[in-house]
Amino acid sequence: MSSTWMTTRAWLLMLPLLVVMVAVIGWPLVDTVGLSFTDAKLVGTGGSYVGFDNYTNMLSSSNFSRTLVTTTLFAVVSVAAEMVIGVLAALLLNQQFHGRAILRALMILPWALPTVVNATLWRLIYNPEYGALNAALTQLNLIDAYRSWLGEPATALTALIVADCWKNFPLVALIALAALQAVPRDITAASLVDGAGPFNRFRFVILPYLAGPLMVALVLRTIEAFKVFDIIWVMTRGGPANSTRTLSILVYQEAFSFQRAGSGASLALIVTLLVTVLAVAYAALVRKTAGSAA
Amino acid sequence: MERRSPAFTIFIHACALLLAAIILAPIAWLFIMSISPAADLAAKPLRWWPQAADFSRYQTLLSTAENSAGAAFTSSLRNSLEIAGMATLAALALAIPAGWAVSRTPAIGWSLSMVIATYMLPPVALAVPLYMGLSHLGLLNNVFGLALVYLTILAPFTTWLMKSGFDSIPREIEAAAMIDGAGLFQTLRIITLPLAAPVMATAALFAVLLAWDEFFYALLFTSDQRAKTLTVAIADLAGGRVSDYGLIATAGVLAALPPVLIGLVMQRALISGLTSGGVKG
Repeated sequence: MSSTWMTTRAWLLMLPLLVVMVAVIGWPLVDTVGLSFTDAKLVGTGGSYVGFDNYTNMLSSSNFSRTLVTTTLFAVVSVAAEMVIGVLAALLLNQQFHGRAILRALMILPWALPTVVNATLWRLIYNPEYGALNAALTQLNLIDAYRSWLGEPATALTALIVADCWKNFPLVALIALAALQAVPRDITAASLVDGAGPFNRFRFVILPYLAGPLMVALVLRTIEAFKVFDIIWVMTRGGPANSTRTLSILVYQEAFSFQRAGSGASLALIVTLLVTVLAVAYAALVRKTAGSAA
Repeated sequence: MERRSPAFTIFIHACALLLAAIILAPIAWLFIMSISPAADLAAKPLRWWPQAADFSRYQTLLSTAENSAGAAFTSSLRNSLEIAGMATLAALALAIPAGWAVSRTPAIGWSLSMVIATYMLPPVALAVPLYMGLSHLGLLNNVFGLALVYLTILAPFTTWLMKSGFDSIPREIEAAAMIDGAGLFQTLRIITLPLAAPVMATAALFAVLLAWDEFFYALLFTSDQRAKTLTVAIADLAGGRVSDYGLIATAGVLAALPPVLIGLVMQRALISGLTSGGVKG
């Protein structure tokens, strides 16, 4: 069979997917680029060409810079916490103890819980009048009066990060656990014979096996955290006083609440660019990690 | 194996208990809220365990009486099932041929890389044109329209899973069948697809979970019982003026039940899918 025919056949089988992807992703993306240079509204006529005005206005607005800081803070803190807690949980699950199989099965629960259900659950836990957190802390005498965890700018972002971590650290733990179980027994045994302490054993014997899978998890989790919308929308809608407003929430408000499609489109593309730069930088890092681990 | 000191064994068990408590406490509380009488939930100090279990909220939400809280909930449940089912079938129909093609013809692999790179796009970058497009086609607030939009999320992911699944089926098996005189489609039907059945099942489950979980597009593109999904219905309940928090918790339990059962039963397949690099988006 000729290789040209093989390639043509492969393209034919690929075609339906590509057509649909162009229709639901390619065309909308191009259209967003077009819109970003206009003052179009969400409904009504197309709007007129305004050049780079949307971009310059957006980049110089204090809303944007503040939202960028909030988003970065959310992404960095929640992903870092998920990584650390996830690896610790994996090291624990790699030990032998009674009920290990059950505990490992339970780890899938937070991951399987729909994001909106998770957000709703934590919103109820943080409830200022009847929430379980207030009740527990009061009954343990840790606080005197009930507090509005999601209603105060000082605590709202932290409360969101805790809810996000709870849902996502088990995934990191499961990925890390799978990698840990791939570490050959005789290597850890040899390092024991050589007299390596627990810390050195983790750093020089185990970590190289974890580095690759963890980097992949880190990249994917960071991209997701940077795009975060659902959990914040359900728990705070970006409030109080915009203290939890992330970039995706800002785009939503601009394009759909204020119906400024053009300006919303420019902001969406700025976010896309930021995520792409992040992903490319990470990809280089992953390649480096994979190279050094091999 | 390293011999452990008793102190270390106790330490490990204590950590395991702590981890179990962290995982279980919020989930258990969601369920307890759903069966506690409203008075218990509003009591100070809070009553952590109901005096009498009250399952009436489940009955309320699952009733289909006109204009009841149940009618809104059951219609969103039906919409979520329909949309997840349609989007999953469509995604697999696109992913199986494309995944096989890329697996067997690496020269076209760059096209799949481009499709997968769309994962980086925030949905907000597509939302305005999709909104205008659906509106133009009369597909706003429509289950078909939303299922179509969900392909933006489901199709790249399932194609990538199918491609790695076909990669693990040796092409020599296909070649052998062809030498024996089987045509390409016969070979695929008799040899390859049955071998790929477990991967297809995993891909389908991931697709269902992704569609079930989706919120952003559903929030934007649906407005009433004809198309609203469960996630939007729950967000409505949580953000609205519902005075009975137990009812919100009940809706959460019901919405979480299918994916949690899938997660527990399919644990092994899901984890191998996850650890081969993919993550629920």
